[in-house]
Amino acid sequence: MIEVKNLYKHFNGRTVLSDICTSFEQGKTNLIIGQSGSGKTVLMKCLIGLYQPDEGTILYDDKDLSKMNKSEHQLLLQEMGVLFQGSALFDSMTVSENVMFPLTMLTNQKENEKKERVDFCLERVNLSHAHDLYPSQISGGMKKRVAIARAIALNPKYLFCDEPNSGLDPKTSLVIDQLIYEITHEFNITTVINTHDMNSVMEIGETISFIYQGQLWWKGSNSEILTTDNQEVNDFVYASKYAKAMFAAQRKNI
Amino acid sequence: MKILQVIGEYLFLMKRVFVRPKKMSYFRKQLIQEIDDLGLQSLLIVSVISLFMGAVLTIQTSLQTESPWIPTWTIGFVVRQSVVLEFSPTIISLFLAGKIGSSIASEIGTMKVTEQIDAIETMGINSASHLLLPKIIACGIVNPLLVIISIFLCLIGGWFACEFMSTIPSQQYLEGLMSFFRPYDIYYALIKTFVFAIVIASVSGFYGYRTEGGALEVGRSSTQAVVNSSFTLLFFNVVLTKIFLG
Repeated sequence: MIEVKNLYKHFNGRTVLSDICTSFEQGKTNLIIGQSGSGKTVLMKCLIGLYQPDEGTILYDDKDLSKMNKSEHQLLLQEMGVLFQGSALFDSMTVSENVMFPLTMLTNQKENEKKERVDFCLERVNLSHAHDLYPSQISGGMKKRVAIARAIALNPKYLFCDEPNSGLDPKTSLVIDQLIYEITHEFNITTVINTHDMNSVMEIGETISFIYQGQLWWKGSNSEILTTDNQEVNDFVYASKYAKAMFAAQRKNI
Repeated sequence: MKILQVIGEYLFLMKRVFVRPKKMSYFRKQLIQEIDDLGLQSLLIVSVISLFMGAVLTIQTSLQTESPWIPTWTIGFVVRQSVVLEFSPTIISLFLAGKIGSSIASEIGTMKVTEQIDAIETMGINSASHLLLPKIIACGIVNPLLVIISIFLCLIGGWFACEFMSTIPSQQYLEGLMSFFRPYDIYYALIKTFVFAIVIASVSGFYGYRTEGGALEVGRSSTQAVVNSSFTLLFFNVVLTKIFLG
């Protein structure tokens, strides 16, 4: 479980995150949603340690991230898997070398053990045929799946996904969402997903934190988000004319 | 003040770069790859430049010293000294600053803007050391070797000019090449090249590493890397010449 308490982050005097208090539960897909520029990515970068918060605490299973010593922090990083928005695969490496990279760098496994693990991870994301391809030779959806395979290579306790569906068609997005959902439950991972894709919210949003102008504005589940009275959440969820008409019809029925 | 900030950032990055690699076996593999990418891939162009420049240098020197008072063998001597002391270490290094420097800066810059560096950091790996240390060491090994080859080919180029263009009798050119030879000049050239190699790789890596944005900024970083590593190289050229020969 990850807990965030009174988190603040400023850039050049501008407050990007203000008094964020929330938690992300183990074995669940925890979504952070909000408009572009609301502070979602900054929050995620604070969680994974790429940004230092100006105030507040982040607790990983009750251990304060800011108070961890170097070896504890190193250990925590090895328990994290991160799926970046653009997949962040290493261009100079093949698919299997990408997945093997964390195993080579961070474990003392023998070559055949590493190969077994790579085979397992690639099979889990349905890419057992793509071992020798380079990132430039595969599609956007496949890149995301390779990135997921790399993220789970070290059996992480925490999985962070920054806009996993960006640039993907709705059908491929659904495949990625389902894959993340299945992996989260299969391996009992604390998964945090940054998204503004409403399809993802409805498909896999077990807990949803809505960030608005750098503040935690609303928290609930995917069933609650459609019926909340929160104006900003409704503006986000029913942003299109089509969705607004649906919202009005739904209200009428209620 | 900005320049002090940049120097501070550079030194801070270098502090992260020069640490023991996490996995020595992986580092060795990377090093061999970098020696091939940064060094051996430059061999052909360095050889061609050196051969032609050696020939041109010999022709021009002979044209400037057409006097009955100056013995013909001095042309070979002057060519050798110019090549060993300045042409090969400095001009070839400036050329490598353009070729290797832009390659390092654009590679690292692209990795930065596509979050590949963030991906390495989130695995708990020191990305600065992982990416830059093999490149810096590879340049430190390969550039002096390229300069030795360049010196050799420049002198051969000069010999071609004598033999096939009748610039001066080739026997006298060879006599000049062997006159007043000091091994110290070669050490000086190699030390200079080694320092230049470290400057080229580290400054270019630094500019790649501080890239923020997208493709446009990667191009900008690449240009900045070449310009600034060339300036730094020329500055060190003066300093080292003063220290070793002044």
